[in-house]
Amino acid sequence: MFEKIDLKETFTELVRRASTELPGEVVEAIRAGRNVEDEGSLAQKALDTILTNIEMAGDSSAPLCQDTGTPVVWIKYPVGVSTRRLEEDFTEAVRRATELKYLRPNAVDTLSGRNTGDGTGRAIPFIHFEEWDGPGLEVRMILKGGGSENVGAQYKLPDTGLEAGRDLEGVRRVVLDAVVQAQGKGCAPGVLAICIGGDRVSSFEHSKEQLLRSLGDTNPVPELAELEERLLVEANELGIGPMGFGGKTTVLGVKIGFLDRIPACYFVTITYMCWADRRAIVQIDEEGGLTWLS
Amino acid sequence: MAELKLPVSEESIRNLEVGDFLELSGRMITGRDAAHKWLMEDFREDVAPYLKDSVIYHCGPVVNQKDDGSWEFVAAGPTTSIREEPYQADVIARYGLRGVIGKGGMADRTLTGLGRSGAVYLHAIGGAAQVLARAIPRVEKVFMLDEFGVPEALWVIDVERFPVVVTMDSHGGSLHKVVENGSKTKFDELLGRKG
Repeated sequence: MFEKIDLKETFTELVRRASTELPGEVVEAIRAGRNVEDEGSLAQKALDTILTNIEMAGDSSAPLCQDTGTPVVWIKYPVGVSTRRLEEDFTEAVRRATELKYLRPNAVDTLSGRNTGDGTGRAIPFIHFEEWDGPGLEVRMILKGGGSENVGAQYKLPDTGLEAGRDLEGVRRVVLDAVVQAQGKGCAPGVLAICIGGDRVSSFEHSKEQLLRSLGDTNPVPELAELEERLLVEANELGIGPMGFGGKTTVLGVKIGFLDRIPACYFVTITYMCWADRRAIVQIDEEGGLTWLS
Repeated sequence: MAELKLPVSEESIRNLEVGDFLELSGRMITGRDAAHKWLMEDFREDVAPYLKDSVIYHCGPVVNQKDDGSWEFVAAGPTTSIREEPYQADVIARYGLRGVIGKGGMADRTLTGLGRSGAVYLHAIGGAAQVLARAIPRVEKVFMLDEFGVPEALWVIDVERFPVVVTMDSHGGSLHKVVENGSKTKFDELLGRKG
């Protein structure tokens, strides 16, 4: 299955799209932020520069940001497809995209300190596989920048200092703390991708998966939808603003998922995504036909 | 928007204040994590002339090598500066830097160093890799490329009207402190706590 289809080419195109074009609703959110900032303020100038940058990157098919991030990938595949081959093809696509300058050579051997030179390394790209009932493939990817990754945080509840208990009010308190700690360092205005529950690993993974959601969607769980909305308003009231220059646009969106947990643990994991909220999603049918979903 | 030519005098730098918009033109050098550690391990004589009275740009670019062997920056926004906090004030003093370009601001040790040495922190727009790459028309040379790799090498570049904002000046002013304090006050209010 899929043996006759050049998946490497499609995967390379997926990487190109993610690195050089932002989803439309993200650009709209940045533009809306620009329009509420004070005329002539540092915040407005920063957002104007960002909007110009988005246009230039799209026009010249060049990376939006020089930190082209970690490619984090989720692939759904039908019964009988070799995940080993999919992994090899995707890794080769990352090499090609690096060669073509859609990506920076962004992998460093942690022990020797040397750049691997071709954009790939241990767990780079990082690929999750899930078998599904569909006949084709669905490939979803984010490019996760490092500056924003460094300001991500994982809290365990209860948190005495923040008076945060094991409930949604506790979640609200630690999320706002994470935004205050991050200031502008994660390239605000950012997107908060949150997971409540899980263990330390699954919680981070599931928080990142929230970045595949459209900014404009509504959480199907009413109390989480309400918390997402409230946190968006309150995070923007903190006044941190674009780049931490001060202003009204600190966060573009808040997305919350949850996993179950064991009794001893109650984790709240916040993945902070920079304004360059890069994702691309494609479905590939058995004939090699492509449907771009983002 | 004022234009600032590099190299620059201490006097011109001391005239700058938080909130000033500047466009830089002239020669500067990039350097980030590996470079700062390396610059402090020993006095690097071959690199020193490129640092003196100029600025260091915290940037790990995407670079293309053209057929004739020359280099061009394809994407070149700033990286987070706070990682260089342990080194920055000493690098400024040791090499006679007049400024640092990065994003996210730096802390007290650097702020004190800026006042002592006569230097400023210049904030570029994070992620604006295309806007900024186009303000870098020429790559003059590169140090430590083989050892550090493309993102971490020290690239000597010519810039033209490279846009930045002064967010930390040589008089103890820091926009980052002001914004952080304001956000903490509001945070306490949202949590129903006393500041």
